[in-house]
Amino acid sequence: MILPALFFYLFAGVCVASAFMVIASRNPVHSVLFLILTFVNASGLFMLLGAEFLAMILIVVYVGAVAVLFLFVVMMLDVDFVELRQGFLNYLPVGALVGIVVLIELMLVLGGAVISPGAAKSIVTPIPQDISNTGALGLVLYTRYIYFFQAAGLILLVAMIGAIVLTLHHRPSAKRQSIPAQNARNTANSIEVRKVASGEGLQP
Amino acid sequence: MDELWTTYLWPLIVMVAQSVLMLVVLLIAIAYILYADRKIWAAVQLRRGPNVVGPWGLLQSFADLLKFVLKEPTIPAGANKGVFLLAPFVTCVLALAAWAVIPVSAGWLIADINVGVLYIFAISSLMVYGVIMAGWASNSKYPFLAALRSAAQMVSYEVSIGFVIITVLLCVGSLNLTEVVEAQDGKYGMFGWYWLPLFPMFVIFFVSALAETNRPPFDLVEAESELVAGFMVEYGSTPYMMFMLGEYVAIATMCAMGTILFLGGWLPPFQVAPFTWVPGIVWFLLKLLFIFFMFALVKAFVPRYRYDQLMRLGWKVFLPASLAMVVIVAGVLQYANLAPK
Repeated sequence: MILPALFFYLFAGVCVASAFMVIASRNPVHSVLFLILTFVNASGLFMLLGAEFLAMILIVVYVGAVAVLFLFVVMMLDVDFVELRQGFLNYLPVGALVGIVVLIELMLVLGGAVISPGAAKSIVTPIPQDISNTGALGLVLYTRYIYFFQAAGLILLVAMIGAIVLTLHHRPSAKRQSIPAQNARNTANSIEVRKVASGEGLQP
Repeated sequence: MDELWTTYLWPLIVMVAQSVLMLVVLLIAIAYILYADRKIWAAVQLRRGPNVVGPWGLLQSFADLLKFVLKEPTIPAGANKGVFLLAPFVTCVLALAAWAVIPVSAGWLIADINVGVLYIFAISSLMVYGVIMAGWASNSKYPFLAALRSAAQMVSYEVSIGFVIITVLLCVGSLNLTEVVEAQDGKYGMFGWYWLPLFPMFVIFFVSALAETNRPPFDLVEAESELVAGFMVEYGSTPYMMFMLGEYVAIATMCAMGTILFLGGWLPPFQVAPFTWVPGIVWFLLKLLFIFFMFALVKAFVPRYRYDQLMRLGWKVFLPASLAMVVIVAGVLQYANLAPK
């Protein structure tokens, strides 16, 4: 039993330390890289819990896609680090307030078992032993929670279409390539052979 | 003390020994894959290729290794030192880590995890970080442009690879790589492997794998005619070698993925006498080398894509096609009652 505990403290320690470095580091690109380290360690924690599917999906979605876009945006920003530091004290009260609210919520969630021991039992579903983690998730997600799942998908779709509509504007000046039009060209409709009379040139 | 030995130390030693064996074999294989790549490329262009070091140039890769290691590493003055040196490590370590779950023969793998396919997919989606970090940390314009290109390119082609993997998983009913291979073991031999029933997906996988590993014709990340050498302009000696190594290991991983998902892994073409005598690892290697041979030929034959054409192919051709195939395959499996239980 000592090995899982050892790995738990390793992952949890690195996770908390790198989460701290996300806000403490001066360079925003370093912040995003520390955020990625946090994600990877959180995925290690999921792995220790036996939630292997969640662990992998966390890496594929958050590290492989979301954080890439973060890094993509942050890399292109031309940030003045001195100016960024100066705003720190102004935002401190707001940040502290958010931190306190999250802390209280966490305490309520974790302390719920102490306040009323019956409440925790009602939400626990027994983990089936004869089925893999991925299969169990799929069975629950696509049967019992199918409407919530589909609704979440629809919300994401609407958000995606909204983002595209907001940012897409056709510039008439931009050159565009039409692949079907190019493929449809042949010698018959793109070349014309004419006899040019001497001294007269071609009339269109 | 006895318990400590049996539960912790002995498995640890076995695991380390397996990993070291895998690494050594893999790295030697990579040295010859690199050599094969150059030889095939040369043969297409009617050149000889490397032919000086060792018989037929067979030791060329090792000579290159020595040269890279003995050179002095330089770090540009304006570079972000930590990230600059971290980038090649990330590329190399991630590429090698993927081989922990790849079964090269029945039972020949280091970690038999239930989500093997997802693990490789996750690792290959992290490979983009090596390129982005190198491009940003170099603090130079060509590497930076390459980093921006790669961020868009590798993320786009991951989407279609994801859908290809989903269709295969629909047919298998498991995320375990060993079970993926075993599911292809039917009475039709090599015609029962998924390359035939899922042929369009095999093509999409092959092309997406080229784009995912930045191989020509999709090597816009290091397009030498526009970006000098892309994200690795500022790199030399050992860090450069680690990029090169990571790139070729990633290519080998993609070939292994193609072998496992579509060409039946270590299974012999037919389950009859002369074929079944050959050990599984030989079949696995033959198939892997076959896919790599096609990779090498594509590099020699096809001119580089323009960037907008690359994006069009990924988002407007492969994404709808693979999405449609997921629906079709799921429908056929459901209504023909072929779905795995």
